[in-house]
Amino acid sequence: MNTWHEVTTLEEIPPLGARVVTTKQGDIALFRTAEGEVFALLDRCPHKGGHLSQGIVFGKKVACPLHSWNICLDDGKAVAPDVGCTRSYPVKVENNVVYLSLA
Amino acid sequence: MKKMKLVMVGNGMAGVRTLEELLKLTPDLYDITVFGAEPYPNYNRIMLSPVLAGEQGIQDIILNDIDWYKQNNITLHLNKKVAHIARKNKVVVAEDGTEAEYDRLLLATGSSSFILPVPGKELAGVVGYRDIQDTKAMIAAAEKYKHAVVIGGGLLGLEAANGLALRGMDVTVVHLMSWLMERQLDDNSAQMLQSALEAKGLKFMLEQQTQELVSDDHGRVKSIRFKDGSEIPADLVVMAVGIRPNVALAEAAGIYCNRGIVVSDTMQTYDPSIYAVGECVSHRGIAYGLVAPLFDMAKVCANHLARMGIAYYQGSVTSTKLKVTGVDLFSAGNFTGSNETNEIVMHDVSGGRYKKLVLNNNTLIGAVMYGDTKDSSWYFQMIRDGKNVSEIRDQLIFGQSHLGNAGSQGQNLAATMTNAMEVCGCNGVCKGTIVKAIKEKGLFTLEDVRKHTKASASCGSCTGLVEQILASTVGGAYAPPATTVKPLCDCTAHSHEEVRKAIREEKLISISQTMAFLNWNTTNGCAKCRPALNFYLLCAWPHEAKDDPQSRYINERANANIQKDGTFSVVPRMYGGITTPQQLRRIADVAEKYNIPTVKVTGGQRIDLLGVKKTDLPKVWADLDMPSGYAYAKALRTVKTCVGSEWCRFGVQDSTQMGIDIERAFDHMWMPHKFKVAVSGCPRNCAESGIKDVGIIGVESGWEIYVAGNGGIKTVVAQFLVKVKTHDEVMEYTGAFAQLYREEAHYLDRTVHYVERVGLDHVKKHVVENAANRKALYARLLYALQGATNPWAKENINAREFESLAI
Repeated sequence: MNTWHEVTTLEEIPPLGARVVTTKQGDIALFRTAEGEVFALLDRCPHKGGHLSQGIVFGKKVACPLHSWNICLDDGKAVAPDVGCTRSYPVKVENNVVYLSLA
Repeated sequence: MKKMKLVMVGNGMAGVRTLEELLKLTPDLYDITVFGAEPYPNYNRIMLSPVLAGEQGIQDIILNDIDWYKQNNITLHLNKKVAHIARKNKVVVAEDGTEAEYDRLLLATGSSSFILPVPGKELAGVVGYRDIQDTKAMIAAAEKYKHAVVIGGGLLGLEAANGLALRGMDVTVVHLMSWLMERQLDDNSAQMLQSALEAKGLKFMLEQQTQELVSDDHGRVKSIRFKDGSEIPADLVVMAVGIRPNVALAEAAGIYCNRGIVVSDTMQTYDPSIYAVGECVSHRGIAYGLVAPLFDMAKVCANHLARMGIAYYQGSVTSTKLKVTGVDLFSAGNFTGSNETNEIVMHDVSGGRYKKLVLNNNTLIGAVMYGDTKDSSWYFQMIRDGKNVSEIRDQLIFGQSHLGNAGSQGQNLAATMTNAMEVCGCNGVCKGTIVKAIKEKGLFTLEDVRKHTKASASCGSCTGLVEQILASTVGGAYAPPATTVKPLCDCTAHSHEEVRKAIREEKLISISQTMAFLNWNTTNGCAKCRPALNFYLLCAWPHEAKDDPQSRYINERANANIQKDGTFSVVPRMYGGITTPQQLRRIADVAEKYNIPTVKVTGGQRIDLLGVKKTDLPKVWADLDMPSGYAYAKALRTVKTCVGSEWCRFGVQDSTQMGIDIERAFDHMWMPHKFKVAVSGCPRNCAESGIKDVGIIGVESGWEIYVAGNGGIKTVVAQFLVKVKTHDEVMEYTGAFAQLYREEAHYLDRTVHYVERVGLDHVKKHVVENAANRKALYARLLYALQGATNPWAKENINAREFESLAI
C-alpha cells in the first residue's frame, strides 16, 4: 500500500520544469512534462550525483546539469549507451494536487 | 491499420544500417523481412582484415546478432539467396522457394570480388576477399601452405597481404600498375608505402599482368604465370583487383542497371516501390565501395521509407586510410591535379613524411599524406566544405596547430601513443579503451565514440586524437562529421543557419512556433536545441520573443553557477576590476552570514563566493547589493583591465576606464557562448588582451582591437581587426563585432570557432570596411540591450525557482 503525501499543486511545478522536495529519504525531484504528467525521481544522477531537478526537461526525459546524461522520468534509467538508474517514486495528481509516495 | 511490408534483399552493413535508421524514425510502420545469402547476421565487413590478421575473431565483428532481429520483429532468412523478384505481384522468391510479399523492396545486394578471367581462375586455392567465407578460406590456407600471391595492390589487396604475412605466409603482391594504390596515392607516397611494407616482409611485383593460374595434380593452384613468361609459386591466390556490384537479380527483374542498380537522389530505383542502397547501386554514375557513403545513403533511404521525404543523397567525397599497423597514410579528393591546379608539397624522405595538397583557386580539392596524418580530418573537412583557404594558405601545409591543446599529455600523434596513455583528460579515457570500443561495438563515427566512451565528449580538445584513432582503427570506413549540413540536433534535419534564417524571415517568435514551422520530430525538443532556439529567438526578435527559462541551462535559470555538489557560486560584477572598501566589507559580511565555505579571487579580476545553497541565493544577492557578474552565462563575462595611464608609468591610455565603460555598456548581453574582453593600456599587454574574444590594446595614437582569441582548451592568439583613434570608436567596433557574432555564430561556438568558420575577412568586411553596416550592427545591439536590468534584482527573481518543498 502506498502512503500518499500531499506535496503541492500542479501549478507550482512549471511545465518542462521541476521542483525539489526535501524528505527523510533525501531530496526528491518532481518533474512536470509539457503534457502535464508528473514524475518523481531521487534527485541524484546515477553518474556523478548531479541534481537532476536542475536539468532541462524534454519529452519524458531530463538532461543532468553536470554532464548531460539523459535520464528517463518514468523509470529513472539512463538513456543508452549510458548505463545507470536512479530511484523513482510513485506520484499521482488528483484535482491538481500532487501526491508523492515514499514507498 | 494493417502494416506495410518491407522486404530487404541482402543482409549487409548498408542494408541493416538503413533498417536501424528506419526503426529510429518509425518503429512500427513496416513488417520487415530480410533475406541474407550468408549464414551470418550483419557483420562488420571492414573488420575482416583484423580477423585475417588474427587480431579479432568472427564473433567480435558481428554488428547485429540474431537477437537484434528478434527484438525488432524482423523476420530473418539466413542462408537464403533470393532468386527472383516478381515485380507485378510484388513478391520475392528465394532459391529454396521461400516467398515474401512486399509493398516496399530494398535491394542491398552488395558487391562481389572481380575475378580475373584467366585460365585457372576456378582452381581450388583461388579466392576473392569479400566475406567471412573468403577470410576463413585464407586462414585455412595459411595453416597448410607457404606461398601466397595477392593480385591487386589496392587498399583491399594490401590489407589481405598484410594479414596473410602476419599468419606466416610468404606473400607476393602482384600489381598491374607502376605504383601501389594508384587510385589513392601518388607515386611518391606509394613508393614510401611500398618500402614500409617491404620492411615488414612483403614482396612486390609491379607492372605485371597475369597470364594463367597453373594447377597441381589435385586441381589446386600451384603457381602463377605472367604475360612476360615468368612464373612464381602460389598455393593461395587472392584476387583483389576490384569489386563488381551485384546487379544480376535486379537486372533479371527488369530494373535499370548501369554498372550498378541506378538510383535517384532519394535512393529509388526506376521502380518507385523498390529502393537500393550500398555497394550494389550506381548513384550519379558512381558506385561507392567505402562504408561512409553507404551510411549516408542509408540515412536518406530510411527517411523516404519512413515517408518523411525530405532527405537527398547528393554523393560523397571519400577519403582513404589504410589499416595496416604502423603505416599511416591518408588521401582524399582529387590529388592528382591538372593544369588548373597548384600543389603544395612537403617531402621528408629520411623522416618518412610526405604531404601533398592540391589547390584550385584557393580551394583545397585533394590531399595525400604519408607518415604524418594527424591533420587529415582537418584537410578532409576543408575539401568537403570547399572552404576558401587564401587566408591560411602560407600555413596550410603545416596543418592545424594543436599547440597549446591541454589535457592530452601534449600528444598529437595517436599512432605513437600506447594503449595505456590517456587521450581524454576530462573523462579519463585511454587509447586502449577507445580502440576496444570501436572494434567491439562497431563504431564508425566520432559521435558514436563520444557516446560510448565519453572521449572528447566534454571539452573536445582531444577530438583530433580521437578522430585519428578512429580513422586508423576502421580505415576507409571512417566518416568525419559533415559540417556543411550538420543538423542542429537529433530533433531536426535543419542546420543552425537554416533555423536562424527561418526565425528571421518567417518572424518566428517562440520555440513552439519554430519547432512547428520547421517540422521538429520531437514535441518539445531536447537539451541541445531548446537553449539554442531560445537564444536565436531573443537575438533575432529582441523585446518581442519571450524568454523561456525552462529552455535555459540551470546556470542561466538560477543566475549562478552550479557546482559539482549542487551548490552554486556567486560572482558579483566589479566593473573593470575596480572595487571599493564598502563592497569588500559587504562581501565579507555575506560570506560569514551564509557560511560560504570558499572565497576566491578569479582570473577575471573579481571575487567568487563558492558553495552557496540554492535557497540562499536571493538573500545573498540582496545583502551583497551588487549586480550579477554573469559568471555563469553565455553572455559578457568580465572585462579585464590593467592599471593604465592613470597610475602606470608605462601606460599610454586609460585602460581601466575603457574597461569599465565596455563592461557597463554591454552588460546583460546574451551571447552564443561566453564572451570575454580585456583592455590593456600599452603594448606590454598586462591584461592579456591576446587571448580574449575581444582584446584591446592602447597605443600612443589610439587603440588596437584584436578579436577571436582564446585562452581555454585551445590557446589561440587573437587576430588584429582594426586600429582606431577614439573611445567611441572602440565602443562601436567592439559592439558591432559582438553583434555580428551574436547574429551569425552557432550556439555554443566561441568567437574563435565562429571566426575560424567564416574567416576574418568576412568580419572585416562587415565591421571595418562597411561603416554603415557597422553602425547598423551596433545600433541593433544597443536596441537589444535597451531596458535590460540586473537579474539579481528583487523584481527579476522568480521565487519558485529557489524555494524547495518539503514533506
